[in-house]
Amino acid sequence: MDLVTPGIGLVFWTTVTFLLVVFLLIKFAWKPVLGMINERNKSIEDALKLAETTKAEMAKLQADNERIIAEARKERDNLLKEAREMKDQMIAQAKSEASAEANKIMAAAKLSIENEKNQAMQDLKNQVATLSFEIAEKVIGKELENKKVSDEIIAESIKNLKFN
Amino acid sequence: MLVKMSKRKFLIICFSFLFSCISFANNEESNGEKPQFNINETIFGHIGDNHYWHMFDITQEDGTEHPVGFALPVILVNTNPFNIDVFMASEFEHGHKAVTKGDHTYKMVAQEMGGQKILYCDENGEVTEDGPLDFSITKNVFTLFLVAIIMLVMFIGLAGVYKRRQGQAPSGFQAWLEPVILFIKEDVIEPNLGRHADKYTPYLLTVFFFIWISNMMGLIPFFPGSANLTGNIAVTFVLAVFTLIITNVSGNKEYWKDIFCMPGLPWPLIPIMAVVEVIGIFTKPFALMIRLFANITAGHIIVLSLTSLIFIFGTLAIAPVSVFFVMFMDVLELFVAALQAYIFTMLSALFIGLAMPEGHE
Repeated sequence: MDLVTPGIGLVFWTTVTFLLVVFLLIKFAWKPVLGMINERNKSIEDALKLAETTKAEMAKLQADNERIIAEARKERDNLLKEAREMKDQMIAQAKSEASAEANKIMAAAKLSIENEKNQAMQDLKNQVATLSFEIAEKVIGKELENKKVSDEIIAESIKNLKFN
Repeated sequence: MLVKMSKRKFLIICFSFLFSCISFANNEESNGEKPQFNINETIFGHIGDNHYWHMFDITQEDGTEHPVGFALPVILVNTNPFNIDVFMASEFEHGHKAVTKGDHTYKMVAQEMGGQKILYCDENGEVTEDGPLDFSITKNVFTLFLVAIIMLVMFIGLAGVYKRRQGQAPSGFQAWLEPVILFIKEDVIEPNLGRHADKYTPYLLTVFFFIWISNMMGLIPFFPGSANLTGNIAVTFVLAVFTLIITNVSGNKEYWKDIFCMPGLPWPLIPIMAVVEVIGIFTKPFALMIRLFANITAGHIIVLSLTSLIFIFGTLAIAPVSVFFVMFMDVLELFVAALQAYIFTMLSALFIGLAMPEGHE
């Protein structure tokens, strides 16, 4: 029966010693040990998480880079196309402007030629009239008495005179 | 590595112990006179508590045997009138002499099943039935202190290692202990206690290592081991009472409602179930107490019985058989030492966890 009867002495000493051990170990052993295990676990977890986010960021960065390159390429193509268009447009415009100018110059030249011709014709007519009148005077031998009347006659004849 | 080494050392220790026993047996035989071998006394003397730390016997030239060991302090508390007497157990001279301190005369009486009891003597020097409260530093209490010191040195040292190697991978002693700590923490405590785990982890870790180290101390067959600490009902009783107290102090409203007024139960059954549940509060830690005590005591009895075979048969021929079986049992007990510590911790965590149900659907 002694075997299964707890002795008061051992009960007392076990209680005291065990409580003391529990108290001291909690304060001086378990708290730092568990704290540091947790801390280390947390730092490992953080490091893994950081690696994961870094990886994701890298992937994002790479995707961004590719996108930027693609965009740049498109931009360049656009610029080239625009430049080409502009060149064509400029050439066309220059051409049309040049031809318009040429036409204008031609028209002006024609006009002045016409004027010159008319002028020359007029001069010629006058010259011819005067000449023919002088010839006629010389032929007739005498001056018409009425200068005024003769001028009228001359003017009339010039007016009626038509080339071709 | 450490485990392997200690195991090898342990086996060497076992062998040397057994061979020393054999040499004694030989001596007895050569003496010609075979004393009656009392197996009960031997076994229960070993698993019981004692006021002496008996190490071995020497046979002197005249053929008498003398025990070699040392006496432990005796602390006796008298209740009427209250006083405390402290002296060494050697004053009893192994129960041959009565010791008088103040008004009281004490005599140490050997018990039939091993161990001793300290009783009062009356005026005529006759031993009475009555005795003082015995708070002596017995073999078990001495071992208890030793276990406490080992644990304090071991784990406060471990905390120091953690501080020194902050943020680094564990190494050496730390690398050996950390998996054990993490196993208990993550596979025993946390599944049973969930989000309350952090509050109870330090206590349960202490319980686990206390039981484990005590169990292993009991397996060492000579000083400073050999005391049957966790195979003593007083020690397992105290541990079970702590589990009982923690379980019921941390029990929440749901826990007490389940005990006294189980929801969904027909009302005539409620008083009956309340009685059953209240008994259940005590049977759970009671089972813890008996399980640890019985397992460790049984292991010691088997090892001692197998060793005693040599002395019962009185022949060396049986020694190889004994040695083989004792070796087998010692290895098994080494496993049981860890297993029982694990079971005690796991069930304590389970009971505490059950006292905090998360509410019913």
